[in-house]
Amino acid sequence: MKPTDTKNPEYFHKVVDCQYACPAHTPVPEYIRLIAAERYTDAYMVNWQSNVFPGILGRTCDRPCEPACRRVRVEEEPVAICRLKRVAADNKDDISDRLPEIPSKKNGKRVALIGAGPASLTVARGLAPLGYSIDIYDNQFAGGGMMRSQIPSFRLPIEVLDEEVNYVLDMGLNATFDVQVDSLKEVLDKDYDAVFVGTGAPRGKGLNLPGLEDAMPNVHLGIEWLASVAFEHTKSIGKRVLVLGGGNTAMDCCRTSRRMGGEDVRVVVRSPFDEMKASPWEKEDAASEGIPIYNNHVPKEFVVEDGKLKGMHFEKVEAHYDEEGKRTLVPTGEDLVFMEADDVLMAIGQENSFPWIERDLGIEFDKWEMPVVDKVTFQSTNERVFFGGDSAFGPENIITAVAHGHQAAVSIDLFCRGEDVLKRPPPIVNQSSQKMGVHEWSYDNAVANDLRYAVPHAPLSKTLKNRKVEVELGFDVDTGYKEAERCLNCDVQTVFDELRCIECDACVDICPTDCITFTNNGTEEDLRQRLEAPANNLSQDLYISADLPTMRVMVKDENVCLHCGLCAERCPTTAWDMQKFLYNVSKAGA
Amino acid sequence: MSYQLPKFRHPDLPVNDLGYTRADYEGAISTLCAGCGHDSISGAIVRACHELSIEPHKIAKLSGIGCSSKAPTYFLGNSHGFNSVHGRMPSVVTGAALANRDMLYMGVSGDGDTASIGMGQFAHVARRNLNMVYIVMNNGCYGLTKGQDSATADRGSASKKGDANIYSAIDLCGTALQMGATFVARSFSGDKEQLIPLIKAAISHRGFALIDVVSPCVTFNNNTKSTKSYEFVREHAEATGTIDFVPMHNEITTEYQPGHAHEVTMHDGSSIRLYKMDESLNPFDRRSAVNVLEEHRSSGNILTGLIYMNLDSRDLHEVLETSQRPLNALDESDLCPGNKMLLNINASLR
Ligand SMILES: Cc1cc2nc3c(=O)[nH]c(=O)nc-3n(C[C@H](O)[C@H](O)[C@H](O)COP(=O)(O)OP(=O)(O)OC[C@H]3O[C@@H](n4cnc5c(N)ncnc54)[C@H](O)[C@@H]3O)c2cc1C
Ligand SMILES: Cc1ncc(C[n+]2csc(CCOP(=O)(O)OP(=O)(O)O)c2C)c(N)n1
Ligand code: SF4
Ligand code: SF4
Ligand code: SF4
Ligand SMILES: [Mg+2]
Repeated sequence: MKPTDTKNPEYFHKVVDCQYACPAHTPVPEYIRLIAAERYTDAYMVNWQSNVFPGILGRTCDRPCEPACRRVRVEEEPVAICRLKRVAADNKDDISDRLPEIPSKKNGKRVALIGAGPASLTVARGLAPLGYSIDIYDNQFAGGGMMRSQIPSFRLPIEVLDEEVNYVLDMGLNATFDVQVDSLKEVLDKDYDAVFVGTGAPRGKGLNLPGLEDAMPNVHLGIEWLASVAFEHTKSIGKRVLVLGGGNTAMDCCRTSRRMGGEDVRVVVRSPFDEMKASPWEKEDAASEGIPIYNNHVPKEFVVEDGKLKGMHFEKVEAHYDEEGKRTLVPTGEDLVFMEADDVLMAIGQENSFPWIERDLGIEFDKWEMPVVDKVTFQSTNERVFFGGDSAFGPENIITAVAHGHQAAVSIDLFCRGEDVLKRPPPIVNQSSQKMGVHEWSYDNAVANDLRYAVPHAPLSKTLKNRKVEVELGFDVDTGYKEAERCLNCDVQTVFDELRCIECDACVDICPTDCITFTNNGTEEDLRQRLEAPANNLSQDLYISADLPTMRVMVKDENVCLHCGLCAERCPTTAWDMQKFLYNVSKAGA
Repeated sequence: MSYQLPKFRHPDLPVNDLGYTRADYEGAISTLCAGCGHDSISGAIVRACHELSIEPHKIAKLSGIGCSSKAPTYFLGNSHGFNSVHGRMPSVVTGAALANRDMLYMGVSGDGDTASIGMGQFAHVARRNLNMVYIVMNNGCYGLTKGQDSATADRGSASKKGDANIYSAIDLCGTALQMGATFVARSFSGDKEQLIPLIKAAISHRGFALIDVVSPCVTFNNNTKSTKSYEFVREHAEATGTIDFVPMHNEITTEYQPGHAHEVTMHDGSSIRLYKMDESLNPFDRRSAVNVLEEHRSSGNILTGLIYMNLDSRDLHEVLETSQRPLNALDESDLCPGNKMLLNINASLR
């Protein structure tokens, strides 16, 4: 293998598993250390720079970082990365003096943002400090998009939402709410320099089953019903509620039903329990509120008597898998199962819909009626129109919308300055030794053995009575500290200098997880099998040195390195050093 | 400075026949200087014992005084240990071994502990062919007392202080051969590929097995004028050949050309395979071993690898015809066989 090029920032970036997995590449270990140091405001700002909505995301993020956390490769549970973000948000001081200044003299460029969800707000936050004049249009009465209409208040209190949405809206944006944009052409005709479409995936999918028509008054589309609850048009639901679907929307529907008068609330899902789309923690939360999940039940028909919904019939199925692992649901042949219901919520998915975008504006649509959007620049085939968030590639989540927003802002800025949108600014990196003394580091290199701490919940007696009472109480400061100490500091990199190494093996002998091997070079496949411990995790790189005096090379399997610094402590010649590698995705104007 | 080793280990560590991973053979985190050769030898001992599937409670590690003699704390944390008096490890092992022959005795010593204050004990334990592994972590100096030249420092070699040593060096392998040791090997802390099979072979050997391991003292004797530095040893080490250890239950599958390799069955049924052996050395012939050792010494090279092994070794227990069972397994009827037996013995002495 060739020696690893550690000058390429992507190499060490990938070692920081959580940051790498985060769509917005939030410098996770950096903010976790700041939390441990009780520097909550600093921790908050690190987040705010990267993901714009730390308080919101600290409660609601889909957290792709957590399954990626290195800790799951050496123990059961990842660091509670997401809930630590909330600790920063809960304990920060006033941040108004840390927000970017908005130039009073504008740069003469006008940008329209359609939709005021997280994607558009992120674009606005990127462009407003650069002097852009920004008009934002949304059909809801306030900003936030689905964070406001869909995510229930018991998961995300309105005050938290308002605070973070307002940081952006207060950047001198010209926001028009309660306005439906019916024609993109009209917007383009206003001679904007660029238009960003951040309208999400607003259409709920339904099931057209026998009996639907008669049952209609008591059958609701999940996302419409949630919005109607959030906007206080709907104030109650029947005692017996069936929620169809196995994703996070279904979980929000059933939990909201429990708070709106539902007593016998059931989730019924076609797939096996383990294959439901909902996050495990959402399923746990639903279960703890006394909501059973019936899996392997396929909805068949609505049962209506005397013009009134009585319940539904379901067919029991079993999952079968062919050789490629493809699933088919095969009926078991048992009798149909009847479940009583006063109301049914259909939470089986959402889709995009762009009836308001004329098809002759130069924006190409594919066969699924989705706009053709560049995955890097977020530009459509009309160079003036950009897409991001759920509107670009279908429903995802907030952090993805934010990541799109950053990149779209970079593109819009390049485009408005007449530059090539494909010439992306490189990431901003900073690498510095953590050595303080002979064997002393400026980071907490000891590895905590603590198991993951659970976030305390408010009692059901309170939360089920009022849909606005937040369920999670958040970590207190002490528990937050202990949880923060579980972080392995994966951004403090092991950096090897072959010119210093005397091949004494001290690092090999001390390494608790057998990461380091000195051996003859070979192909990657071959090397992976003859290291101190087998390197079977192919998603993790091998770090290879140049040839050493004995003509061997140093090979480090990054897989389960604990970043404990013991190799560097035991190295007599400082051939190993522990260096903090801070990686920040370039934002607009960089 | 970290005083604690993290608890986490590699999830795919191989397990041995007893179901243990290498981690079960580790000891406390080392307090020796960073880069000390002794730590690598500890690592090699951990590997050898794990790979041989030795039950940790069947091992006793004994030592004298010195950095090297501290090392047993840093390996085999689940085994018995005895950190004795300077130079006196051999007598403590002798006592222990006579009392319980079922244990593996792993003596660890330094060049000071062995070649200076412990020279007399070393000579006699070798000569008695006590069944033990005797590892010298040889750095040519008294590391623990800040690096004074030891009796194994080569004439002319200089430690960090800078004065060339004026005395001639004791060659521990040569001395052991002279004294009647039945297994003599030399290795280098920085060469685990050679050291691990040698430790395994020494463990399988019945009788006194010396491994003199050159082990640089990074703090006091790893400078350019020292003949016990990493660099010097790497440049001047010459192996007698390569050695492979094949545990008893492993079927021999590899084919190799006759004449290029030599296979030897050890008393416990395992075997060692010697490859690419130096033509001039017959490691089963003491005279040949003495000659080759001397040739290398005079040409300024360090001979490593298996130097001598006596295939007909009879250890102290066999020679003394001691009880087959450990003393702690003998009950009252064994120890007091009764009046009739006493009369027989007395009669035999008349
Ligand atoms: C029930 C539910 C729960 C969810 N929970 C989570 C969660 O816990 N965590 C998470 O990360 N994600 C969650 N999501 C997903 C998340 O809300 C979205 O992925 C995210 O909000 C998408 O952001 P966006 O900016 O692309 O669009 P949106 O947030 O959808 O915002 C688009 C905005 O544009 C408006 N709009 C649309 N069309 C027009 C038009 N023609 N004219 C004017 N305005 C228009 C919409 O009303 C909306 O205000 C959830 C989704 C649902 C349905
Ligand atoms: C009876 C006695 N004499 C002298 C000493 C002082 N002393 C401690 S360690 C040591 C030499 C150790 O040298 P070596 O065995 O080579 O071990 P190293 O530290 O080099 O590994 C001496 C002389 C002592 N502890 N006890
Ligand atoms: S920091 Fe060094 S010693 Fe610690 S686990 Fe990583 S490679 Fe091993
Ligand atoms: S401890 Fe340092 S000098 Fe020794 S092998 Fe490791 S990197 Fe090289
Ligand atoms: S003084 Fe020398 S022998 Fe002792 S621990 Fe330090 S390096 Fe090893
Ligand atoms: Mg010594």
